[in-house]
Amino acid sequence: MIIALRRIGAFSLSSLAATGRACILLLQMIVNLPAVVRRYELVIKQLYRAGVLTLPVIIVAALFVGMVLALQGYNTLVDFGAESSLGLLLALSLSRELGPVLAGLLFAGRAGAAMTAEIGLMKATEQLAGMEMMAVDPVWRVLLPRFLAGVISVPLLAILFTAVGIIGGYLLGVNILGVDQGVFWATMQQGVDFQQDVMNGLLKSLVFGVLISLIAVFMGYDTSPTPAGVSKATTLTVVLSSLGVLAMDFSLTSMMF
Amino acid sequence: MTEAENLVVLTDIHLKRAGKPVLDSLSLSIPHNSVTAVIGPSGVGKTTLLELISGRLKPDRGYLLVDGLSVPDLGRRELFELRKKMGMLFQSGALLNDLDVYENIAFPLREHTRLPEPVLRQMILMKLELVGLRGARRLMPAELSGGMTRRVALARAIVIDPVMVMYDEPFTGLDPISKAIIVKLIRQLNSTLGMTSIVVTHDVHEAMQIADFVYMLGHGKVLARGTPEEIKNSQRDDVRQFLQGQADGPVPFHYHADEYLTDLMRTDSEKGGAV
Repeated sequence: MIIALRRIGAFSLSSLAATGRACILLLQMIVNLPAVVRRYELVIKQLYRAGVLTLPVIIVAALFVGMVLALQGYNTLVDFGAESSLGLLLALSLSRELGPVLAGLLFAGRAGAAMTAEIGLMKATEQLAGMEMMAVDPVWRVLLPRFLAGVISVPLLAILFTAVGIIGGYLLGVNILGVDQGVFWATMQQGVDFQQDVMNGLLKSLVFGVLISLIAVFMGYDTSPTPAGVSKATTLTVVLSSLGVLAMDFSLTSMMF
Repeated sequence: MTEAENLVVLTDIHLKRAGKPVLDSLSLSIPHNSVTAVIGPSGVGKTTLLELISGRLKPDRGYLLVDGLSVPDLGRRELFELRKKMGMLFQSGALLNDLDVYENIAFPLREHTRLPEPVLRQMILMKLELVGLRGARRLMPAELSGGMTRRVALARAIVIDPVMVMYDEPFTGLDPISKAIIVKLIRQLNSTLGMTSIVVTHDVHEAMQIADFVYMLGHGKVLARGTPEEIKNSQRDDVRQFLQGQADGPVPFHYHADEYLTDLMRTDSEKGGAV
């Protein structure tokens, strides 16, 4: 009993300490922002690796999600004779929820894990220590470009996810299930509010981007420099950022809508 | 020796890690333009010493001067300025994996200077020539052998012309030829470029070959100091055990444990039966 209590205490303490270290890291990165503006090519390289290389996953996933939504939505709506609202259903669910959340989850699995593994390995092989010895701060040279790339990529990927998802739903709903093309777009145009739906979705994805990227670079930077440490950090990145995205989505949704 | 002759001075340094004293009232000094070897068995705090000198670790107590500056009291910016005068050769080389040999050596120059590309190229080729790897400039770190990796890392450590170079186990895991090359390079860099070198190693033979001064560490203290000749003639048992590589002696073969028979006869405890 005592041992169990002690474990809970130790776990809470170490989680709290880690959260604190992550916040300090975030501050350090913010302080270093001007330095990275001068070396923007570092960010561009990471944007390619984190953002562009995640595109195929996002596009394929979005197509399928859009088609599944159209299928399920049509089957339910047709009972009420409301299959004309299919376009609205797709646009709202994708732009408010599924776009930001799923893009975030996919980004965490595809790019976030890669960031953690890469930084963790650099630490394990003394590359970060070597940089420090050459009077180069790894926080701005290695971590900050990756963090910024994540923060920029996730909202863009979320928008793309929403757009491709709607196209997927359109292909299935209009071409195969026979919803009228004009009605499909018209209900969407009427029902979707730019400020309320699109911008809020974008804001969500921005928050997710900061969250995932911070977890990813922090886990890599904070890992114990062993093979077991790096693999644990990579797993933790995916688990924590996925749970974080879902929890954050709930709280943001309850405030926004 | 006075302060002016020494680049690095450590006085009465104490350091604990995980409750165990690693360095216990350690004092040593490293003169300008010399090759100083710090020898001793593994786990005796040799690498820790380099971490202290480079300011990656702070001592619990004691004074640590490098080039007249008290390292533990420096701010981050001053520390980085000081590190521009230091080169460090890591055991693993610590080359950046996503850059080729040329770009790895260019890295400190690109970060700290704004030299035009032709000047940069000349500086890099000069250092590569020095370590004999001018032909390997387009290889990636993964394609290099252990000895080559260390030579590239050495070229990178000296590309900004540091006052002092620290070598962390430069001979470990190398074949005899590569070892000989590194020995030759350390000596040569020291005399031609006038650098101060600190070599931390447990390879006694090589250390004696290159060093002007030798410190032998043990139990967090300096056990012996002097020229290689003086160390070789030391009468201390623990120094002789290390130099001659005997398995048992003042440094015991057995890690601290309970009495053997009692440990074997024990039936109560769990698997390990810790001390």
